[in-house]
Amino acid sequence: MSEEQITRPNVSLGKGVENLETQFEERIARDEKIEPKDWMPEKYRQTHIRQMSQHAHSEIVGMLPEGNWITRAPSLRRKVALLAKVQDEAGHGLYLYSACETLGISRDELYEQLHSGKAKYSSIFNYPTVTWADMGAIGWLVDGAAIINQVPLCNTSFGPYARAMVRVCKEESFHQRQGYEIMIKLANGTPEQKDMAQDALNRWWWPSLMMLGPTDAESVHTEQSMKWKLKRKSNDELRQQFIDQTVPQADLIGLTIPDPDLKWNEERDSYDFGEIDWDEFWQVVKGHGPMNKERMKARVGAWEGGAWVRDAAMAHAAKNAERKEKEAV
Amino acid sequence: MNNTNLYHYILGIADNSLILGQRMGELCGHGPSLETDIACTNISLDLFGQVRSYYQYAAKIANDGRTEDDIAMLRKERDYVNVLLAEQPNTDFAYTMARHFLFDVYHFLFLTELQKSKDLTLAAIATKSLKEVSYHQRFSTDWIKRLGDGTEESHQKMQNAINDMWTYTDELFHQTDADKAMFAEGIGVDVTKLKAVYYDKVNAILEEATLSIPESKYFQKGGKKGIHTEHMGFLLTELQYMQRAYPNMEW
Repeated sequence: MSEEQITRPNVSLGKGVENLETQFEERIARDEKIEPKDWMPEKYRQTHIRQMSQHAHSEIVGMLPEGNWITRAPSLRRKVALLAKVQDEAGHGLYLYSACETLGISRDELYEQLHSGKAKYSSIFNYPTVTWADMGAIGWLVDGAAIINQVPLCNTSFGPYARAMVRVCKEESFHQRQGYEIMIKLANGTPEQKDMAQDALNRWWWPSLMMLGPTDAESVHTEQSMKWKLKRKSNDELRQQFIDQTVPQADLIGLTIPDPDLKWNEERDSYDFGEIDWDEFWQVVKGHGPMNKERMKARVGAWEGGAWVRDAAMAHAAKNAERKEKEAV
Repeated sequence: MNNTNLYHYILGIADNSLILGQRMGELCGHGPSLETDIACTNISLDLFGQVRSYYQYAAKIANDGRTEDDIAMLRKERDYVNVLLAEQPNTDFAYTMARHFLFDVYHFLFLTELQKSKDLTLAAIATKSLKEVSYHQRFSTDWIKRLGDGTEESHQKMQNAINDMWTYTDELFHQTDADKAMFAEGIGVDVTKLKAVYYDKVNAILEEATLSIPESKYFQKGGKKGIHTEHMGFLLTELQYMQRAYPNMEW
Protein backbone atom coordinates (compact mmCIF):
# COMPACT_ATOMS: atom_id res chain seq x y z
CA MET A 1 0.00 0.00 0.00
CA SER A 2 1.41 3.38 -0.94
CA GLU A 3 1.86 6.09 1.66
CA GLU A 4 -0.86 8.12 -0.04
CA GLN A 5 -3.32 5.32 0.56
CA ILE A 6 -2.28 4.95 4.16
CA THR A 7 -2.56 8.62 5.04
CA ARG A 8 -5.71 9.35 3.06
CA PRO A 9 -8.07 6.40 3.33
CA ASN A 10 -11.06 6.60 1.10
CA VAL A 11 -14.08 6.29 3.34
CA SER A 12 -16.06 4.69 0.53
CA LEU A 13 -13.69 1.76 0.72
CA GLY A 14 -15.55 0.76 3.91
CA LYS A 15 -13.86 -2.52 4.56
CA GLY A 16 -10.46 -0.92 3.89
CA VAL A 17 -10.96 1.58 6.68
CA GLU A 18 -11.98 -1.16 9.06
CA ASN A 19 -8.76 -2.99 8.25
CA LEU A 20 -6.75 0.13 8.83
CA GLU A 21 -8.41 0.62 12.18
CA THR A 22 -7.68 -2.92 13.21
CA GLN A 23 -4.06 -2.57 12.14
CA PHE A 24 -3.89 0.73 13.99
CA GLU A 25 -5.23 -0.72 17.23
CA GLU A 26 -2.81 -3.64 16.90
CA ARG A 27 0.13 -1.29 16.54
CA ILE A 28 -0.86 0.49 19.74
CA ALA A 29 -1.31 -2.81 21.54
CA ARG A 30 2.24 -3.74 20.46
CA ASP A 31 3.44 -0.47 22.05
CA GLU A 32 4.46 0.96 18.69
CA LYS A 33 4.47 4.74 18.42
CA ILE A 34 2.01 6.45 16.10
CA GLU A 35 3.72 9.21 14.13
CA PRO A 36 2.06 12.30 12.57
CA LYS A 37 2.16 10.98 9.00
CA ASP A 38 0.76 7.56 9.91
CA TRP A 39 -2.87 6.82 9.25
CA MET A 40 -5.01 7.34 12.32
CA PRO A 41 -8.73 7.35 13.02
CA GLU A 42 -10.22 10.85 13.02
CA LYS A 43 -11.31 10.38 16.61
CA TYR A 44 -7.73 9.62 17.65
CA ARG A 45 -6.57 12.81 15.96
CA GLN A 46 -9.29 14.92 17.55
CA THR A 47 -8.80 13.42 21.00
CA HIS A 48 -5.09 14.13 20.82
CA ILE A 49 -5.60 17.67 19.62
CA ARG A 50 -7.99 18.19 22.52
CA GLN A 51 -5.77 16.71 25.20
CA MET A 52 -2.44 18.08 23.97
CA SER A 53 -3.77 21.58 23.42
CA GLN A 54 -5.48 21.52 26.79
CA HIS A 55 -2.11 20.61 28.23
CA ALA A 56 -0.36 23.38 26.29
CA HIS A 57 -2.99 25.94 27.34
CA SER A 58 -2.53 24.89 30.98
CA GLU A 59 1.18 25.62 30.72
CA ILE A 60 0.57 29.06 29.25
CA VAL A 61 -2.24 30.08 31.58
CA GLY A 62 -0.22 28.53 34.41
CA MET A 63 2.47 31.15 33.83
CA LEU A 64 0.12 33.84 35.11
CA PRO A 65 -0.43 32.89 38.77
CA GLU A 66 3.30 32.37 39.24
CA GLY A 67 4.31 35.29 37.06
CA ASN A 68 2.28 37.32 39.56
CA TRP A 69 5.12 36.94 42.09
CA ILE A 70 8.20 37.48 39.92
CA THR A 71 8.50 41.17 40.73
CA ARG A 72 7.90 40.49 44.44
CA ALA A 73 10.03 37.39 45.06
CA PRO A 74 11.62 37.71 48.51
CA SER A 75 15.25 37.16 47.49
CA LEU A 76 17.34 37.28 44.34
CA ARG A 77 17.85 33.52 44.47
CA ARG A 78 14.10 32.92 44.62
CA LYS A 79 13.48 35.44 41.89
CA VAL A 80 15.92 33.75 39.53
CA ALA A 81 14.46 30.31 40.30
CA LEU A 82 10.91 31.53 39.75
CA LEU A 83 11.80 33.20 36.46
CA ALA A 84 13.46 30.00 35.30
CA LYS A 85 10.44 27.98 36.32
CA VAL A 86 7.93 30.17 34.52
CA GLN A 87 10.21 30.16 31.50
CA ASP A 88 10.22 26.35 31.56
CA GLU A 89 6.43 26.43 31.49
CA ALA A 90 6.44 28.69 28.45
CA GLY A 91 8.85 26.20 26.87
CA HIS A 92 6.51 23.30 27.65
CA GLY A 93 3.69 25.26 26.05
CA LEU A 94 5.81 25.89 22.99
CA TYR A 95 6.68 22.29 22.26
CA LEU A 96 3.27 20.95 23.19
CA TYR A 97 1.72 23.39 20.70
CA SER A 98 4.32 22.26 18.16
CA ALA A 99 3.53 18.59 18.84
CA CYS A 100 -0.15 19.44 18.44
CA GLU A 101 0.51 21.18 15.12
CA THR A 102 1.80 17.89 13.68
CA LEU A 103 -1.85 16.80 13.73
CA GLY A 104 -2.79 19.49 11.23
CA ILE A 105 -3.98 22.41 13.31
CA SER A 106 -2.21 25.75 13.71
CA ARG A 107 -1.17 27.45 16.92
CA ASP A 108 -3.37 30.41 15.99
CA GLU A 109 -6.39 28.12 15.75
CA LEU A 110 -5.55 26.58 19.12
CA TYR A 111 -5.26 30.04 20.68
CA GLU A 112 -8.59 30.94 19.18
CA GLN A 113 -10.14 27.90 20.89
CA LEU A 114 -8.61 28.95 24.21
CA HIS A 115 -9.69 32.56 23.91
CA SER A 116 -13.25 31.71 22.89
CA GLY A 117 -13.59 29.36 25.85
CA LYS A 118 -14.02 26.32 23.60
CA ALA A 119 -10.79 24.75 24.84
CA LYS A 120 -10.20 24.12 28.51
CA TYR A 121 -7.09 24.43 30.64
CA SER A 122 -6.32 23.12 34.09
CA SER A 123 -8.82 24.65 36.52
CA ILE A 124 -6.25 24.97 39.26
CA PHE A 125 -4.90 28.11 37.61
CA ASN A 126 -8.18 29.86 38.26
CA TYR A 127 -7.23 30.28 41.91
CA PRO A 128 -5.35 33.42 42.98
CA THR A 129 -1.77 33.42 44.30
CA VAL A 130 -2.11 35.63 47.36
CA THR A 131 1.11 35.06 49.28
CA TRP A 132 4.69 34.05 48.54
CA ALA A 133 3.96 30.64 50.08
CA ASP A 134 1.67 29.97 47.13
CA MET A 135 4.80 29.67 44.99
CA GLY A 136 5.88 26.83 47.26
CA ALA A 137 2.45 25.20 47.37
CA ILE A 138 2.03 25.33 43.59
CA GLY A 139 5.41 23.72 42.99
CA TRP A 140 4.92 21.09 45.64
CA LEU A 141 1.24 20.22 45.13
CA VAL A 142 0.21 21.38 41.68
CA ASP A 143 3.38 20.26 39.92
CA GLY A 144 3.32 17.18 42.12
CA ALA A 145 -0.17 16.27 40.91
CA ALA A 146 0.81 17.15 37.33
CA ILE A 147 3.72 14.72 37.46
CA ILE A 148 1.46 11.92 38.63
CA ASN A 149 -0.80 12.67 35.69
CA GLN A 150 2.03 13.05 33.23
CA VAL A 151 4.64 10.40 33.94
CA PRO A 152 2.48 7.67 32.34
CA LEU A 153 2.21 9.87 29.24
CA CYS A 154 5.92 9.37 28.53
CA ASN A 155 4.75 5.98 27.19
CA THR A 156 1.63 7.17 25.43
CA SER A 157 0.95 5.98 21.89
CA PHE A 158 1.37 9.26 19.97
CA GLY A 159 5.11 9.71 19.36
CA PRO A 160 5.44 13.53 19.47
CA TYR A 161 3.41 13.73 22.69
CA ALA A 162 5.34 10.92 24.38
CA ARG A 163 8.69 12.50 23.51
CA ALA A 164 7.59 15.96 24.64
CA MET A 165 6.43 14.49 27.94
CA VAL A 166 9.83 12.98 28.71
CA ARG A 167 11.33 16.45 28.85
CA VAL A 168 8.30 18.04 30.52
CA CYS A 169 8.38 15.46 33.31
CA LYS A 170 12.07 15.98 34.00
CA GLU A 171 11.52 19.70 34.43
CA GLU A 172 8.29 19.30 36.40
CA SER A 173 10.02 17.04 38.84
CA PHE A 174 12.66 19.72 39.37
CA HIS A 175 9.87 22.28 39.90
CA GLN A 176 8.23 20.08 42.46
CA ARG A 177 11.41 19.74 44.48
CA GLN A 178 11.91 23.48 44.22
CA GLY A 179 8.37 24.14 45.50
CA TYR A 180 8.79 21.72 48.35
CA GLU A 181 12.08 23.40 49.24
CA ILE A 182 10.25 26.76 49.49
CA MET A 183 7.78 25.10 51.87
CA ILE A 184 10.57 23.52 53.99
CA LYS A 185 12.18 26.90 54.40
CA LEU A 186 8.90 28.51 55.44
CA ALA A 187 7.90 25.66 57.74
CA ASN A 188 11.26 25.93 59.50
CA GLY A 189 11.14 29.72 59.57
CA THR A 190 9.47 32.21 61.91
CA PRO A 191 5.91 31.55 63.20
CA GLU A 192 4.69 34.05 60.64
CA GLN A 193 6.36 32.11 57.83
CA LYS A 194 5.02 28.82 59.09
CA ASP A 195 1.49 30.27 59.18
CA MET A 196 1.97 31.46 55.63
CA ALA A 197 2.95 27.93 54.57
CA GLN A 198 0.02 26.31 56.39
CA ASP A 199 -2.41 28.82 54.92
CA ALA A 200 -1.14 28.06 51.41
CA LEU A 201 -1.50 24.32 52.00
CA ASN A 202 -5.04 24.88 53.28
CA ARG A 203 -6.01 26.77 50.16
CA TRP A 204 -4.24 24.59 47.55
CA TRP A 205 -4.86 21.10 48.94
CA TRP A 206 -8.40 20.51 47.73
CA PRO A 207 -7.99 22.15 44.32
CA SER A 208 -4.90 19.95 43.86
CA LEU A 209 -6.98 16.83 44.51
CA MET A 210 -9.59 18.08 42.05
CA MET A 211 -6.85 18.58 39.49
CA LEU A 212 -6.65 14.83 39.00
CA GLY A 213 -10.08 14.98 37.43
CA PRO A 214 -13.65 13.96 38.28
CA THR A 215 -14.30 10.61 39.92
CA ASP A 216 -14.14 7.58 37.65
CA ALA A 217 -17.93 7.33 37.64
CA GLU A 218 -18.18 10.81 36.10
CA SER A 219 -15.15 10.74 33.83
CA VAL A 220 -16.30 10.69 30.20
CA HIS A 221 -13.09 10.00 28.37
CA THR A 222 -11.43 7.34 30.47
CA GLU A 223 -12.18 4.11 28.60
CA GLN A 224 -11.11 5.23 25.13
CA SER A 225 -8.10 7.05 26.56
CA MET A 226 -6.94 3.91 28.34
CA LYS A 227 -7.00 2.00 25.06
CA TRP A 228 -4.88 4.64 23.35
CA LYS A 229 -2.52 4.83 26.33
CA LEU A 230 -3.43 8.47 26.85
CA LYS A 231 -4.26 7.29 30.32
CA ARG A 232 -2.76 4.33 32.19
CA LYS A 233 -4.57 4.71 35.52
CA SER A 234 -8.00 6.06 36.44
CA ASN A 235 -8.48 9.49 38.03
CA ASP A 236 -9.31 7.94 41.40
CA GLU A 237 -6.20 5.75 41.33
CA LEU A 238 -4.04 8.74 40.49
CA ARG A 239 -5.64 10.81 43.25
CA GLN A 240 -4.97 8.07 45.80
CA GLN A 241 -1.36 7.87 44.64
CA PHE A 242 -0.98 11.64 45.03
CA ILE A 243 -2.44 11.65 48.53
CA ASP A 244 -0.35 8.69 49.68
CA GLN A 245 2.77 10.34 48.35
CA THR A 246 2.07 13.85 49.68
CA VAL A 247 0.78 13.29 53.21
CA PRO A 248 4.16 12.05 54.55
CA GLN A 249 5.84 15.05 52.93
CA ALA A 250 3.53 17.39 54.83
CA ASP A 251 4.15 15.44 58.07
CA LEU A 252 7.88 15.70 57.57
CA ILE A 253 7.83 19.50 57.64
CA GLY A 254 5.20 19.79 60.36
CA LEU A 255 2.31 21.02 58.20
CA THR A 256 -1.22 19.70 58.59
CA ILE A 257 -3.32 18.46 55.66
CA PRO A 258 -6.64 20.35 55.95
CA ASP A 259 -8.79 17.21 56.00
CA PRO A 260 -10.21 16.01 59.34
CA ASP A 261 -11.18 12.70 57.74
CA LEU A 262 -7.67 11.88 56.57
CA LYS A 263 -6.63 8.61 58.16
CA TRP A 264 -4.19 5.80 57.39
CA ASN A 265 -6.01 2.62 56.40
CA GLU A 266 -3.88 -0.44 57.23
CA GLU A 267 -6.06 -2.75 55.21
CA ARG A 268 -5.88 -0.72 52.03
CA ASP A 269 -2.31 0.34 52.70
CA SER A 270 -3.47 3.84 51.76
CA TYR A 271 -4.96 6.98 53.24
CA ASP A 272 -8.71 7.37 53.52
CA PHE A 273 -9.72 10.95 52.85
CA GLY A 274 -12.69 13.28 53.12
CA GLU A 275 -15.33 14.25 50.60
CA ILE A 276 -14.20 16.50 47.75
CA ASP A 277 -16.44 19.48 47.05
CA TRP A 278 -17.33 18.60 43.46
CA ASP A 279 -19.74 21.51 43.23
CA GLU A 280 -16.76 23.81 43.55
CA PHE A 281 -14.87 21.80 40.95
CA TRP A 282 -17.67 22.08 38.38
CA GLN A 283 -18.21 25.75 39.16
CA VAL A 284 -14.57 26.50 38.34
CA VAL A 285 -14.52 24.20 35.28
CA LYS A 286 -17.59 25.98 33.93
CA GLY A 287 -15.79 29.31 34.12
CA HIS A 288 -16.92 30.70 37.45
CA GLY A 289 -13.83 30.25 39.59
CA PRO A 290 -12.19 33.16 41.40
CA MET A 291 -9.80 34.01 38.54
CA ASN A 292 -11.27 32.53 35.32
CA LYS A 293 -12.19 35.91 33.88
CA GLU A 294 -8.90 37.56 34.83
CA ARG A 295 -6.82 34.72 33.38
CA MET A 296 -8.63 34.89 30.04
CA LYS A 297 -8.48 38.67 30.03
CA ALA A 298 -4.71 38.49 30.48
CA ARG A 299 -4.28 35.90 27.71
CA VAL A 300 -6.59 37.62 25.25
CA GLY A 301 -5.07 40.98 26.18
CA ALA A 302 -1.53 39.76 25.47
CA TRP A 303 -2.64 38.24 22.17
CA GLU A 304 -4.69 41.16 20.90
CA GLY A 305 -2.31 43.75 22.30
CA GLY A 306 0.56 41.97 20.55
CA ALA A 307 -1.12 41.72 17.13
CA TRP A 308 0.61 44.82 15.78
CA VAL A 309 3.99 43.38 16.85
CA ARG A 310 3.38 40.07 15.09
CA ASP A 311 2.04 41.87 12.01
CA ALA A 312 5.17 44.02 11.92
CA ALA A 313 7.41 40.97 12.16
CA MET A 314 5.60 39.36 9.23
CA ALA A 315 5.71 42.56 7.17
CA HIS A 316 9.42 42.96 7.88
CA ALA A 317 10.15 39.36 6.90
CA ALA A 318 8.23 39.86 3.65
CA LYS A 319 10.18 43.04 2.89
CA ASN A 320 13.45 41.24 3.57
CA ALA A 321 12.49 38.36 1.31
CA GLU A 322 11.58 40.83 -1.43
CA ARG A 323 14.90 42.64 -1.05
CA LYS A 324 16.81 39.37 -1.26
CA GLU A 325 14.94 38.39 -4.37
CA LYS A 326 15.77 41.71 -6.02
CA GLU A 327 19.42 41.34 -5.08
CA ALA A 328 19.49 37.88 -6.61
CA VAL A 329 18.10 39.28 -9.87
CA MET B 1 34.55 50.00 54.45
CA ASN B 2 38.03 49.77 53.00
CA ASN B 3 37.11 50.55 49.48
CA THR B 4 34.11 52.85 49.28
CA ASN B 5 34.80 53.78 45.70
CA LEU B 6 34.88 50.17 44.52
CA TYR B 7 31.63 49.47 46.40
CA HIS B 8 29.89 52.42 44.76
CA TYR B 9 31.37 51.54 41.43
CA ILE B 10 29.90 48.03 41.61
CA LEU B 11 26.48 49.42 42.53
CA GLY B 12 26.67 51.78 39.57
CA ILE B 13 26.95 48.78 37.27
CA ALA B 14 24.69 46.34 39.12
CA ASP B 15 21.73 48.65 39.77
CA ASN B 16 21.20 49.00 36.01
CA SER B 17 20.88 45.25 35.60
CA LEU B 18 18.65 44.98 38.68
CA ILE B 19 16.16 47.60 37.57
CA LEU B 20 16.11 46.47 33.94
CA GLY B 21 15.70 42.86 35.03
CA GLN B 22 12.80 43.86 37.24
CA ARG B 23 11.13 45.71 34.35
CA MET B 24 11.60 42.75 32.01
CA GLY B 25 10.26 40.38 34.68
CA GLU B 26 6.98 42.31 34.72
CA LEU B 27 6.26 41.12 31.18
CA CYS B 28 6.45 37.42 31.92
CA GLY B 29 3.31 35.77 30.55
CA HIS B 30 2.13 38.90 28.75
CA GLY B 31 4.40 39.01 25.69
CA PRO B 32 3.12 39.50 22.13
CA SER B 33 4.04 35.89 21.28
CA LEU B 34 5.23 32.84 23.14
CA GLU B 35 8.69 33.15 21.63
CA THR B 36 9.15 36.78 22.69
CA ASP B 37 7.76 35.92 26.11
CA ILE B 38 10.43 33.25 26.54
CA ALA B 39 13.14 35.59 25.26
CA CYS B 40 12.14 38.45 27.58
CA THR B 41 12.01 36.13 30.59
CA ASN B 42 15.41 34.83 29.62
CA ILE B 43 16.87 38.33 29.41
CA SER B 44 15.45 39.10 32.83
CA LEU B 45 17.01 35.89 34.12
CA ASP B 46 20.41 36.80 32.67
CA LEU B 47 20.28 40.26 34.22
CA PHE B 48 19.40 38.94 37.67
CA GLY B 49 22.18 36.38 37.37
CA GLN B 50 24.61 39.24 36.76
CA VAL B 51 23.09 41.20 39.61
CA ARG B 52 23.76 38.36 42.04
CA SER B 53 27.43 38.17 41.07
CA TYR B 54 27.86 41.93 41.46
CA TYR B 55 26.03 42.28 44.77
CA GLN B 56 27.74 39.24 46.29
CA TYR B 57 31.00 40.94 45.45
CA ALA B 58 29.74 44.30 46.78
CA ALA B 59 28.67 42.61 50.03
CA LYS B 60 32.17 41.21 50.39
CA ILE B 61 33.72 44.62 49.80
CA ALA B 62 31.28 46.33 52.21
CA ASN B 63 32.01 43.65 54.82
CA ASP B 64 29.35 44.98 57.18
CA GLY B 65 27.16 41.89 57.47
CA ARG B 66 24.82 42.81 54.64
CA THR B 67 23.94 40.18 52.04
CA GLU B 68 23.26 40.43 48.31
CA ASP B 69 19.54 40.68 49.12
CA ASP B 70 20.04 43.48 51.64
CA ILE B 71 21.87 45.46 49.01
CA ALA B 72 19.31 44.67 46.31
CA MET B 73 16.16 45.21 48.34
CA LEU B 74 16.78 47.26 51.44
CA ARG B 75 18.18 50.52 50.23
CA LYS B 76 16.18 53.75 50.04
CA GLU B 77 15.23 55.07 46.62
CA ARG B 78 17.87 57.81 46.79
CA ASP B 79 20.56 55.17 47.25
CA TYR B 80 19.88 53.37 43.96
CA VAL B 81 22.20 54.67 41.26
CA ASN B 82 20.85 53.12 38.06
CA VAL B 83 20.47 55.32 35.00
CA LEU B 84 17.00 56.78 34.38
CA LEU B 85 16.74 54.82 31.14
CA ALA B 86 16.62 51.50 33.03
CA GLU B 87 13.56 52.37 35.11
CA GLN B 88 11.32 53.54 32.26
CA PRO B 89 8.08 51.55 32.13
CA ASN B 90 6.89 48.95 29.60
CA THR B 91 4.48 51.37 27.95
CA ASP B 92 4.20 48.98 25.00
CA PHE B 93 6.48 46.48 23.27
CA ALA B 94 8.12 49.27 21.24
CA TYR B 95 9.07 51.13 24.44
CA THR B 96 10.39 47.94 26.01
CA MET B 97 12.55 47.20 22.99
CA ALA B 98 13.69 50.82 22.59
CA ARG B 99 14.76 50.94 26.23
CA HIS B 100 16.65 47.67 25.91
CA PHE B 101 18.26 48.50 22.61
CA LEU B 102 19.51 51.86 23.87
CA PHE B 103 20.86 50.18 26.98
CA ASP B 104 22.18 47.00 25.34
CA VAL B 105 24.41 48.85 22.88
CA TYR B 106 25.95 50.72 25.82
CA HIS B 107 26.10 47.60 27.99
CA PHE B 108 27.98 45.66 25.32
CA LEU B 109 30.58 48.42 24.85
CA PHE B 110 30.92 48.86 28.60
CA LEU B 111 31.44 45.18 29.39
CA THR B 112 33.91 44.80 26.55
CA GLU B 113 36.08 47.40 28.31
CA LEU B 114 35.39 46.09 31.82
CA GLN B 115 36.89 42.75 30.80
CA LYS B 116 40.27 44.51 30.91
CA SER B 117 39.78 45.60 34.53
CA LYS B 118 42.63 45.04 36.95
CA ASP B 119 39.99 43.80 39.37
CA LEU B 120 39.83 40.14 38.42
CA THR B 121 36.35 39.57 39.87
CA LEU B 122 34.85 42.40 37.84
CA ALA B 123 36.75 41.27 34.75
CA ALA B 124 35.39 37.75 35.18
CA ILE B 125 31.79 38.92 35.67
CA ALA B 126 32.18 41.12 32.58
CA THR B 127 33.40 38.24 30.46
CA LYS B 128 30.54 35.99 31.52
CA SER B 129 27.94 38.74 31.13
CA LEU B 130 29.21 39.82 27.74
CA LYS B 131 28.12 36.51 26.22
CA GLU B 132 24.60 37.13 27.48
CA VAL B 133 24.52 40.78 26.55
CA SER B 134 25.65 40.11 22.99
CA TYR B 135 22.46 38.05 22.69
CA HIS B 136 20.36 40.80 24.32
CA GLN B 137 21.78 43.29 21.86
CA ARG B 138 21.02 41.06 18.91
CA PHE B 139 17.47 40.49 20.15
CA SER B 140 16.62 44.15 20.74
CA THR B 141 18.40 45.28 17.56
CA ASP B 142 16.36 42.80 15.51
CA TRP B 143 13.17 44.15 17.02
CA ILE B 144 14.16 47.76 16.33
CA LYS B 145 14.53 46.75 12.69
CA ARG B 146 11.36 44.68 12.56
CA LEU B 147 9.18 47.32 14.17
CA GLY B 148 10.90 50.28 12.51
CA ASP B 149 10.73 48.71 9.08
CA GLY B 150 7.55 46.68 9.57
CA THR B 151 4.09 48.20 9.20
CA GLU B 152 3.15 51.85 9.28
CA GLU B 153 1.70 51.39 12.76
CA SER B 154 4.78 49.66 14.14
CA HIS B 155 7.04 52.27 12.55
CA GLN B 156 5.16 55.07 14.29
CA LYS B 157 5.17 53.27 17.63
CA MET B 158 8.88 52.54 17.41
CA GLN B 159 9.65 56.11 16.42
CA ASN B 160 7.64 57.44 19.38
CA ALA B 161 9.46 55.11 21.73
CA ILE B 162 12.90 56.05 20.42
CA ASN B 163 12.01 59.75 20.62
CA ASP B 164 10.89 59.39 24.24
CA MET B 165 13.79 57.21 25.38
CA TRP B 166 16.43 59.29 23.61
CA THR B 167 16.47 61.90 26.34
CA TYR B 168 17.85 59.29 28.77
CA THR B 169 20.80 58.16 26.64
CA ASP B 170 23.28 60.91 27.47
CA GLU B 171 23.36 59.99 31.14
CA LEU B 172 24.98 56.66 30.26
CA PHE B 173 28.21 58.59 29.62
CA HIS B 174 28.29 60.73 32.76
CA GLN B 175 31.12 59.92 35.14
CA THR B 176 30.52 59.69 38.86
CA ASP B 177 33.23 60.27 41.43
CA ALA B 178 33.51 56.51 41.92
CA ASP B 179 33.85 56.08 38.14
CA LYS B 180 36.73 58.56 38.03
CA ALA B 181 38.51 57.01 40.98
CA MET B 182 38.15 53.49 39.65
CA PHE B 183 39.28 54.48 36.17
CA ALA B 184 42.38 56.07 37.70
CA GLU B 185 43.18 52.77 39.42
CA GLY B 186 42.77 50.73 36.25
CA ILE B 187 39.66 49.05 37.62
CA GLY B 188 36.90 51.06 35.99
CA VAL B 189 35.93 52.06 32.48
CA ASP B 190 36.06 55.63 31.16
CA VAL B 191 32.46 55.82 29.92
CA THR B 192 33.02 59.21 28.27
CA LYS B 193 35.15 57.40 25.68
CA LEU B 194 32.28 55.10 24.71
CA LYS B 195 29.96 57.90 23.68
CA ALA B 196 31.01 58.47 20.08
CA VAL B 197 31.06 54.82 19.11
CA TYR B 198 27.74 54.31 20.91
CA TYR B 199 25.92 56.95 18.90
CA ASP B 200 27.55 55.76 15.68
CA LYS B 201 26.27 52.26 16.30
CA VAL B 202 22.82 53.33 17.42
CA ASN B 203 22.38 55.78 14.56
CA ALA B 204 23.40 53.19 11.97
CA ILE B 205 20.81 50.74 13.26
CA LEU B 206 18.09 53.38 13.45
CA GLU B 207 18.81 54.29 9.86
CA GLU B 208 18.65 50.67 8.78
CA ALA B 209 15.33 50.45 10.61
CA THR B 210 14.11 53.45 8.58
CA LEU B 211 13.74 55.46 11.80
CA SER B 212 14.71 59.10 12.24
CA ILE B 213 17.49 59.93 14.64
CA PRO B 214 16.03 62.27 17.25
CA GLU B 215 17.40 65.75 17.03
CA SER B 216 16.67 66.86 20.57
CA LYS B 217 19.69 68.18 22.40
CA TYR B 218 17.97 68.18 25.79
CA PHE B 219 18.80 65.27 28.01
CA GLN B 220 17.67 64.06 31.42
CA LYS B 221 20.03 62.94 34.14
CA GLY B 222 19.93 62.18 37.83
CA GLY B 223 19.75 58.41 38.22
CA LYS B 224 23.46 58.08 38.86
CA LYS B 225 23.04 60.50 41.77
CA GLY B 226 19.95 58.72 43.07
CA ILE B 227 17.45 61.27 41.76
CA HIS B 228 14.97 59.15 39.86
CA THR B 229 11.84 59.54 37.78
CA GLU B 230 8.48 59.10 39.50
CA HIS B 231 8.29 55.51 38.22
CA MET B 232 11.08 54.35 40.48
CA GLY B 233 9.25 54.37 43.81
CA PHE B 234 6.55 52.05 42.51
CA LEU B 235 9.07 49.69 40.99
CA LEU B 236 10.91 49.52 44.32
CA THR B 237 7.66 49.02 46.21
CA GLU B 238 7.20 45.71 44.41
CA LEU B 239 10.86 44.76 44.46
CA GLN B 240 11.14 45.35 48.21
CA TYR B 241 7.67 44.22 49.27
CA MET B 242 8.58 40.93 50.95
CA GLN B 243 11.76 42.22 52.59
CA ARG B 244 9.86 45.22 53.99
CA ALA B 245 6.74 43.34 55.06
CA TYR B 246 8.66 40.45 56.65
CA PRO B 247 11.97 41.88 57.83
CA ASN B 248 14.92 39.76 58.94
CA MET B 249 13.68 36.44 57.64
CA GLU B 250 15.25 33.84 55.41
CA TRP B 251 13.53 32.62 52.31
